[in-house]
This record gives sequence, structure tokens and C-alpha cells, in this order.
Amino acid sequence: MEELLSLAVKAIFVENLALSFFLGMCTFIAVSKKISTAIGLGISVMIVQAITVPANNLILNYLLAPGALSWAGFSDVDLTFLGLISYIGVIAALVQILEMVLDKYFPPLYNALGVFLPLITVNCAILGGSLFMVERSYDFAESVTYGISSGFGWALAITAMAGVREKLKYSDIPDGLQGLGITFITAGLMAMAFMSFSGVKL
Amino acid sequence: MAHKRREMLVDPLVDNNPITLQVLGICSALAVTSSLQVAFVMSIAVIFVTGFSSMFISMIRNQIPGSIRIIVQMVVIASLVILVDQLLKAVAFEISKTLSVVVGLIITNCIVMGRAEAFAMKNPPIESFIDGVGNGLGYGLILMLVGVIRELFGAGSLFGITILETVNNGGWYVPNGMLLLPPSAFFIIGLIIWAFRTWKPAQVEEREYKIQSVEAH
Repeated sequence: MEELLSLAVKAIFVENLALSFFLGMCTFIAVSKKISTAIGLGISVMIVQAITVPANNLILNYLLAPGALSWAGFSDVDLTFLGLISYIGVIAALVQILEMVLDKYFPPLYNALGVFLPLITVNCAILGGSLFMVERSYDFAESVTYGISSGFGWALAITAMAGVREKLKYSDIPDGLQGLGITFITAGLMAMAFMSFSGVKL
Repeated sequence: MAHKRREMLVDPLVDNNPITLQVLGICSALAVTSSLQVAFVMSIAVIFVTGFSSMFISMIRNQIPGSIRIIVQMVVIASLVILVDQLLKAVAFEISKTLSVVVGLIITNCIVMGRAEAFAMKNPPIESFIDGVGNGLGYGLILMLVGVIRELFGAGSLFGITILETVNNGGWYVPNGMLLLPPSAFFIIGLIIWAFRTWKPAQVEEREYKIQSVEAH
């Protein structure tokens, strides 16, 4: 239990997907103009991340890893090279299913998140989460924890960014730095602030 | 025709750069630039993937049903990325270790998807290939620029060859260690965007609020 808690704190603060691995930057920059939309996108990323990382973990362990197919009689087959294409397929399919389920059973939530869901398929934070899970060989419990907490960390970062940008638009910025430029520099300052968590251990 | 093709190749370098103007493919631009060698390998990989994915998608563009085009594009891109990934693991294992998940993330690199969707679906294969390579080059240009700044001033070397002898090795140069840390990539790209936009004022974004002086009555 303690290990999982420490993994969660690490995934949220120390190894924040957005600010120390730069994942999901395109959406991070593009959709952080207003706090309300940023929160909506953040929550969708968290939900999708919490489902896809464990799902990909199961796929890896029961279908792709060397010897994983032994239950079907192929004990020496290694399909890990199919990893990338399977993970992205799983992500695309799950996002589609999630969209349909939300539309059918939770229309208010669907209306709130609807626009962001398709965007999430091409959000590198999601694929990145699954790839980190593979690289660090998490087991199932760890991948559930990692999925939820890394998604939460990303949501935290984009919400904070949107908060800064809402105030920033009133300030007098040099012409060339207007918009994208100053957003990058703000993100840099935020990344420096998040680096100060790097000593935190539970 | 030849002139138009050359333009398609050169245009994404500065005038329509995917990173500084279209805000595409930033994730990996930041993650891999702490050393020039890695940035170089990454640029080559992206140029290869954008070029060929655009070409293949353009070849089959008339056979793809509209409703599942994203998945078809994804499959083409993912297959090419797997090819690159396996190739890197075979010939340059050390570099593929440092790149870790970033090679896999070329799949979700918005430049590749963006060019496939915006250009390759409507144009013939050769033009699409050139357009893909051009955008890959624009991406590579920024990557190399950031890589040069970060490695030269952060570690005093280029491609691992010492240029500025650092104090630790008995030289004179005190390296700026922060340039090797993640946040510096944000600052450098921010400043590059500033430089590009001062050079080409047409790229400057509109202000949402104008600051005006109010006359006192």
C-alpha cells in the first residue's frame, strides 16, 4: 500500500507528465486559455488514462509479452514488437466506447466533455502513460495507481496553466512574444516550480 | 511545377513552421533536445515518418472511407513508427535507450497526423511526400537549434565533442547546468518564437486586450 502511495505522489508531482516529460503539450498549450475548459479536458484525460493504462497492462501481460500466449499453446511466441500498434488501437477504441457510453447513460457529462474526447486519442500523455507502464514493468495494481495519478498530475498542470493565462492576457507583452511565446516561458517557469518537488519521497 | 515543389519543401522551415506557428509536435521537441546527437536522430526519424506516411496515405486516399480515416491513418503511421523503432534498436541501441518512449510517441506527434489529414488526403503521392518531408525538416530545424543551444552552453560540447573546455576538465568555461534540465527547453523555444516573430511580424498574434492610456478629465 505504501509503495502505491509513493508511486502516486511521484507520478503527480515529481514526474509530472506535462511539466517534466512534456507529454500532451499540443493540447496543453492549445486548450489552456480558460479554466473551465481546462478542467473539463483534465478530467477527461484522467478518466481515459485510468482506463487505458491498466487495459494495456493486461494486453501486454496476456497477449504480447514473451511467453504470454502459453495459455493458447504458443509458449515461445514474442509479440512485443506489436506493442505500439496495439496500444494506440486500444486507446482509440476505448475513447470511442467511452464516448458512446457517456452519450447513452450520462448525457450531462457527455455534453460537458464531448468536444474533448476525440482530441484525447492523439494526446501523447495517454500513449506516453502506457509506454512508461511498459518500460518500468508495472504490475496490475501499480498500473491502476499510475494511470489515475499521472492523469491527475496532468489535469493539475493544465488547470494551473489556465489560471495563469487567464490573468496573463491583461498584461503588456512585447509583440513578438504575444500568445505562444509567453505561454512557453510561463510553462518553463511552472516546470521549474515543479522541479522543487523532486526531493519529495513518502 | 518544380518551383511549386521547392516552395512546398522550403515553406514549412520558417514561414509556416509546424512548431513555432502551427503549435504541432511540441512534446518531443522539448523532450529530446538536451543532446544534439539525440535531437539529430529524432529529426531523421520524424522526417522519415512524416514523409512516408503522407505518401502512403495519399496513395490509398481514394479507397479510405471517411468515417474510419483516422484509424486507417493511425495504422499506417504506427506501422512506420514500429519500423523506425525496431531499426533504431538494431543499429543504435544506446540512442534508442536515451530516446526511450519518445520514438513511440511519434505516433501521436500531431505533425504527422496533421499533415496526413490536412494535405495527404487531398493531394497526389509525390506532392504529399515532399510536403511531409518539408514539415519534418521544419520540425528538425527547431530541434537542432534548441539542441545546439542546450548542448553547447549546458555541457560545452557539440555531438559529444568538446568545444568549450569546461572548468571541471581544467578549462575556462563554467557550464550552465540549468540548460540540461527540462524547463530550459521551454524558455529556449519561447525565445526562438520571439525571434522568428520579430523577423516576420506577420506571424504576431492579435492581442485580446489593448492597453490604452485614458485621458483624465
